[in-house]
Amino acid sequence: MLAATSLRRATRVVLSRSPAAGANGAAQQHVHRRGYHENIIEHYENPRNVGSLDKNDDDVGTGLVGAPACGDVMKLQIKVDENGNIQESKFKTFGCGSAIASSSVATEWVKGKHVDDVLAIKNTDIAAHLKLPPVKLHCSMLAEDAIRAAVNDWKAKKEAKKAAA
Amino acid sequence: MDPRVLDKMMPYMVGNVTIGSYGNPHSRTHSYGWEAETAVEAARSQVASLIGASPKEIVFTSGATESNNLSIKGAAHFYGSSSAPVPSSASGGGGGGTGKARRHLITTQTEHKCVLDSCRSLEQEGYDVTYLPVQASTGMVDVEELGSVMRDDTLLVSVMAVNNEIGTRQPIEEIGKLCRSRKVLFHTDAAQMLGKLPIDVNAMNIDLMSLSSHKIYGPKGIGALFVRRRPRVRLEPLFSGGGQERGLRSGTLPHALCVGFGAACELARREMGYDEEWVRHLSDRLCAGIEERIPMVIRNGHTEHRYPGCVNYSFAYVEGESLLMALKNVAVSSGSACTSASLEPSYVLRALGVDDELAHGSLRFGIGRFTSEEEVEFLLDLLEEHVSRLREMSPLWEMVQEGIDLKSIQWSQDAHHH
Repeated sequence: MLAATSLRRATRVVLSRSPAAGANGAAQQHVHRRGYHENIIEHYENPRNVGSLDKNDDDVGTGLVGAPACGDVMKLQIKVDENGNIQESKFKTFGCGSAIASSSVATEWVKGKHVDDVLAIKNTDIAAHLKLPPVKLHCSMLAEDAIRAAVNDWKAKKEAKKAAA
Repeated sequence: MDPRVLDKMMPYMVGNVTIGSYGNPHSRTHSYGWEAETAVEAARSQVASLIGASPKEIVFTSGATESNNLSIKGAAHFYGSSSAPVPSSASGGGGGGTGKARRHLITTQTEHKCVLDSCRSLEQEGYDVTYLPVQASTGMVDVEELGSVMRDDTLLVSVMAVNNEIGTRQPIEEIGKLCRSRKVLFHTDAAQMLGKLPIDVNAMNIDLMSLSSHKIYGPKGIGALFVRRRPRVRLEPLFSGGGQERGLRSGTLPHALCVGFGAACELARREMGYDEEWVRHLSDRLCAGIEERIPMVIRNGHTEHRYPGCVNYSFAYVEGESLLMALKNVAVSSGSACTSASLEPSYVLRALGVDDELAHGSLRFGIGRFTSEEEVEFLLDLLEEHVSRLREMSPLWEMVQEGIDLKSIQWSQDAHHH
């Protein structure tokens, strides 16, 4: 099937306080956070631009990428003004912390830019910014796809409107 | 680890309480060795009495993984090549076999990786293995179906007692009875059952049973294999060497670890009733809390035939790893490290027929002797808050709220993901 599927991990929470570890939350946090870069955690805990724009609005482009079976679905939306500049961007993501962080970064980076310029945003830039580990690189690829899909949707709407006029 | 276990081990690790406590348990020529040997034999008795076995039937190993390998490969290599009949008490402890080599094994799709991988390695050597499916959603083995896939040349059935991911307790009494009547060896991985639910190897007709120390608050790095003596079950050892442990497991025993494992068994034997009641109480509280406070959750595994200390839920439209990140203030353990280190979706949940997207949103919770009510409440608060937060962030949840059927959507299958 899809490669992304094999990148998911079995997760387990053990509800036990081992006598040696003690109940100190800080120590446990440290252990748990090992492996996640602080940039990822920061965006996961305080994601920017979560929400939805009216997908029926002519000025809004919507990109929906990924698949539930793979464990990642990203919806990224842009609201574009008459000059082609992105005024606003929102996202919703079903996926791991790295996927949420990648979408969050993508919405921040597209805001204020021209639709043609955002196509230059590469997954490698997002991955580098978040210090994504190799097994999470597909999250940044998905974010790049989401930007493209949103721009294409907006362009298609504009074309359709022009044809109708 | 239980601190009471560590107390018992310390003298054998530092050697400052009894003379010679750091001796080699296999050395018979000096008193240091005698002391260590005595301690190991006492531990062996403690392990045996927890499962209704004789101490002579206990082989110390490095843990359940080694025990599973030794059982499956050892039995297959012995009975698969020597044409020796599989022993059976039904026929008076003697033959009953056809005399021809047996080359077929049966296990289930939800076994631990080390069982599945041992079977795969036997397949490479030319053995036949049947991977029995389990019943949807409960994960139970259908005993009738098991009987129907047995063949004349079936040598061993391996079914775990309690599943480590979903807590389902298999009908091992019935499986044992069936195997005995069909003269097939019965191996069970009881790492998750030992010390938590009562085990009697004779009443359950178990021939081989893998045990682990650290699952019952003992030290890591030690476990055991129960090998039935009457009728005698033969195995080809995995290791060549000095012939320790009745020739089945060469290598010097780590006697301090044996002592710790024995002490953990002794504690489990005395406190099993108390532990079970406590774990059940917390488990009921956790499950009731999740089901009352969080909509759209699905419990995986059997609702009755189960060990309550292992609870598995799917939180629809939330991805499990993102939820796990939110539970950072709960002790997060690698538990069965071999599973959580692998980056694959849960094959156990898949075997149960759980939808992929739900399998991606599944978490398992372990409750044990040292879990407190406060921890359960704390976890429930975190779960309620973060499942809700992540759903607000989930495009799938949004679509479902809008009345869109997710199955009707043509999901993009981008080139990156092939």
